[in-house]
Amino acid sequence: MKARTCWNAVCTIDDLVPESGIAVWTKDGPVAVFYMPHWLPALFAISHTDPFSGANVLARGITGDLKGAPVVASPLYKQHFNLKTGVCLEDDSVMVKTYPVLLDGNEIRLGIPEDQREAVAA
Amino acid sequence: MSKKTLVVIGNGMVGHHFLEQFTSSPAADDYEIIVFGEEKQLAYDRVHLSEYFDGSTHSDLAMGTLEWYTGQGIQLHLNEQVTGIDRETRTLVTPRGSYHYDELVLATGSFPFVPPIKGNDSPHCLVYRTLDDLDSIRSSSEGARTGVVVGGGLLGLEAANALKSLGLQAEVVEFAPRLMPVQLDTDGGALLRRKIEELGVKVHTEKATTAITEGEDARLRMNFSDDSFLETDLIVFSAGIRPQDALARASGLEIGERGGIVIDNHCTTSDPHIHAIGECALWEQKIFGLVAPGYTMARTLSAVLNSDQEAAFTGADMSTKLKLLGVDVGSIGDAHAQTPGARNIRFNDEQAGHYRRMVISEDGKTLLGAILVGDNSHYDTLLQYALNGITLPANPEALILPESQGGAPALGPDALPETASICSCHNVTKGDICCAIDAGCSDLGSVKAETRASTGCGGCTALLKNVVDCELEKRGVEVSKDLCEHFPYSRQELFHLVKVNGIRTFRTLITQHGKGHGCDICKPAVASILASCWNDHILATDHVPLQDTNDTFMANMQKNGTYSIVPRIPGGEITPDKLIVLGEVAKEYDLYTKITGGQRVDLFGATLTELPEIWEKLIAAGFETGHAYGKSLRTVKSCVGKTWCRYGVQDSVGMAIRLENRYKGLRAPHKFKMAVSGCTRECAEAQSKDFGVIATENGWNLYVCGNGGMRPRHADLFATDLSDEELIRTIDRVVMFYVRTADRLQRTSVWMENLEGGLDYLKQVVLEDSLGICAELEEHMSNVIDTYQCEWKTAVEDPEKRKRFREFVNEPEQKDPVQQWTSERGQRRPVLESA
Repeated sequence: MKARTCWNAVCTIDDLVPESGIAVWTKDGPVAVFYMPHWLPALFAISHTDPFSGANVLARGITGDLKGAPVVASPLYKQHFNLKTGVCLEDDSVMVKTYPVLLDGNEIRLGIPEDQREAVAA
Repeated sequence: MSKKTLVVIGNGMVGHHFLEQFTSSPAADDYEIIVFGEEKQLAYDRVHLSEYFDGSTHSDLAMGTLEWYTGQGIQLHLNEQVTGIDRETRTLVTPRGSYHYDELVLATGSFPFVPPIKGNDSPHCLVYRTLDDLDSIRSSSEGARTGVVVGGGLLGLEAANALKSLGLQAEVVEFAPRLMPVQLDTDGGALLRRKIEELGVKVHTEKATTAITEGEDARLRMNFSDDSFLETDLIVFSAGIRPQDALARASGLEIGERGGIVIDNHCTTSDPHIHAIGECALWEQKIFGLVAPGYTMARTLSAVLNSDQEAAFTGADMSTKLKLLGVDVGSIGDAHAQTPGARNIRFNDEQAGHYRRMVISEDGKTLLGAILVGDNSHYDTLLQYALNGITLPANPEALILPESQGGAPALGPDALPETASICSCHNVTKGDICCAIDAGCSDLGSVKAETRASTGCGGCTALLKNVVDCELEKRGVEVSKDLCEHFPYSRQELFHLVKVNGIRTFRTLITQHGKGHGCDICKPAVASILASCWNDHILATDHVPLQDTNDTFMANMQKNGTYSIVPRIPGGEITPDKLIVLGEVAKEYDLYTKITGGQRVDLFGATLTELPEIWEKLIAAGFETGHAYGKSLRTVKSCVGKTWCRYGVQDSVGMAIRLENRYKGLRAPHKFKMAVSGCTRECAEAQSKDFGVIATENGWNLYVCGNGGMRPRHADLFATDLSDEELIRTIDRVVMFYVRTADRLQRTSVWMENLEGGLDYLKQVVLEDSLGICAELEEHMSNVIDTYQCEWKTAVEDPEKRKRFREFVNEPEQKDPVQQWTSERGQRRPVLESA
């Protein structure tokens, strides 16, 4: 069975901070949304959970680019995560979930799989 | 051709090292290898045995793994003692069977010497060599209060350390007139004794034990030849080692008069098919009781078995560098000046507890030996002079004098010859390291992996790094001073660009002078520079994304994503009312409360959402932010001063408050701390701070560039008897010069050490205005002070800024499920989960 994606509106563009992240709560847990005005597309969404500490903090990290890729640095132990792929630059066996994200008028919409179990089975 | 059989008896450090060498040599293909070990564990590191009582296990100390042995095809027989050797038929016997050998290696090591004292076999009389011995000591220590080590040599002091870590009151009994009689002279031994006694280990010298009997107040009584006695609950004999040569003796091999299996330069015994290495072997009437010579023998024997005609063991350097009970001890070469005509240079600072002795040749040109107690920082340089016969400088005493008295800097890696031994455990020379670099190793890690240097005792780590850095630099591998991939400038250069061009945002700076979009290295560094120059609010829209999370949320992030809050308490002075507010707020939000080292109160466990609410309450009660999150002034610690203290000569609290209010909020390359003491008793510990002020009868003495932490440094006296105004003007200048010229995350101490000319240069700039910039520094400081604002006050008053403090922007009621709590000692603390 194919998983359906639900485009949830999670916040508005006024909630975002340029070149930084904010956290939203979704059915899939906490998600960090980054607004990078100098990139195209300018929105990125990854899991808010830092896999190294287990704490929900990634939206509070410093963003930037390393070797041409958009990244965020974990505020706890400073590992970098590629905002496009979720892969950790220091240890490519570690990655965080990424989510599709788009701007719809003033609203930010996140693509969250409708049902996690079905998504896995598919 | 069927394979021959090589048997190794003994699985200690040297036996294991031999196997490592031999299995990676060509001859390994011709042999089946069988190893017998009497102990039940695989070879382990006896040098660090005392760590077993600090929580290390056998696997922490193990030299290799069972997988390695299996992978090499070695048949390993642990816990199986060889009981006889039949040299005619080349077989050996164990309780489990008999085995043929073609070549036999004896690596049986040594056993502890227990002096022939009546009662030495009583219960609770133990030895210190194997893990089993340590287990016995541990079980004997249960219910014991005191323990005595018989023997004040290297191993004896190690054993005393072990007893101490078991919580026993440890004492050392030595027959000779001083500790470590083999390595140290009278003065060195006396200093070591003083230092060890200061650590609570009592030392008795010139004591010969005549009998051990039952004690009255403790389990045992040691009776001495001078009719005195000592009572103790357990005794560890560590009075030297004896070679384990029983098996060799029984099989008729040649044995030395005082024990030891006689070997030649090829590590071969009187039987050409039997070899001996390590502490069981006797070479030219000498037993080598250190691991490095044993390793050299192991390497030699491996080469001999590979038919290398050149291979020969020709003696070994017995120099040692140790930390015994935390005290540095070093002994090099001819430490006792036994070479005819040898001359001595001694430096003995009883105050600092440093003793250094150089033994030099009659012509004054070469270093023959040395003794160091209390500080081993000169060891590497001296060892290189001694081992390589490097000609001494015209003023050789400079090598052991403290640097402030004109001491010579350490011998640079460039001055070492190619043959200089860098790592004696694995016999790696500077030449080997150069080869490894030429073969493609481009950093310290790969040089270590390639050469194994610094993977033994680790004593050469710093020297190895210096050599590798120097050689890389010589080969044109640039050690880049660029801040990061986005800016080809140092912090100081960026500071200059910002200041001169009036740049006020990161975006402008990176567009004009950098590339890309920045990262977590350059963004906070530039944010700090912008703050030092223009002092805008750190949450101004342009600056928000530049800050570390602690600066962004003006609190210190803890491991579960919550924050701690430190309100400013200038000088550590607080009214009861304000203290009550802290308690009430902490209670309301269930914050874990702890007093900091800087005379403040730290409140832990606030969520992002709670931070502005908590600060509203604190601000209403008159608190300001404490900048515990910033690279800025933390606290000005103070003692109570002359207002109350009968010794105080100035108002230290008043001065501390004045300084703290003056410099609060100033952004700097790193955090900095201050303290003010009201008299020379120095209760505020000002000399461990970046800026330390100590009151005198006539005013204030200023100390600069000290710090605690990982690499503590005492501050240097900078100026004396300053008036209040002079003091503040001087600090203004030093702080601002630091802010302008230091590197990113460089504390004042490292900054000052890296200034060309050091302290003297800094004095010229600040006290004599040699650069003509003092007026500018003062003006800059005064601008920063005039534009101070409490960041938290501005933030809670601005709804836009407060928006940042939402845990989940779409669900205000949603709690972070990861933040789980439990209670400990009456307060809340996070549930620690390993992620």
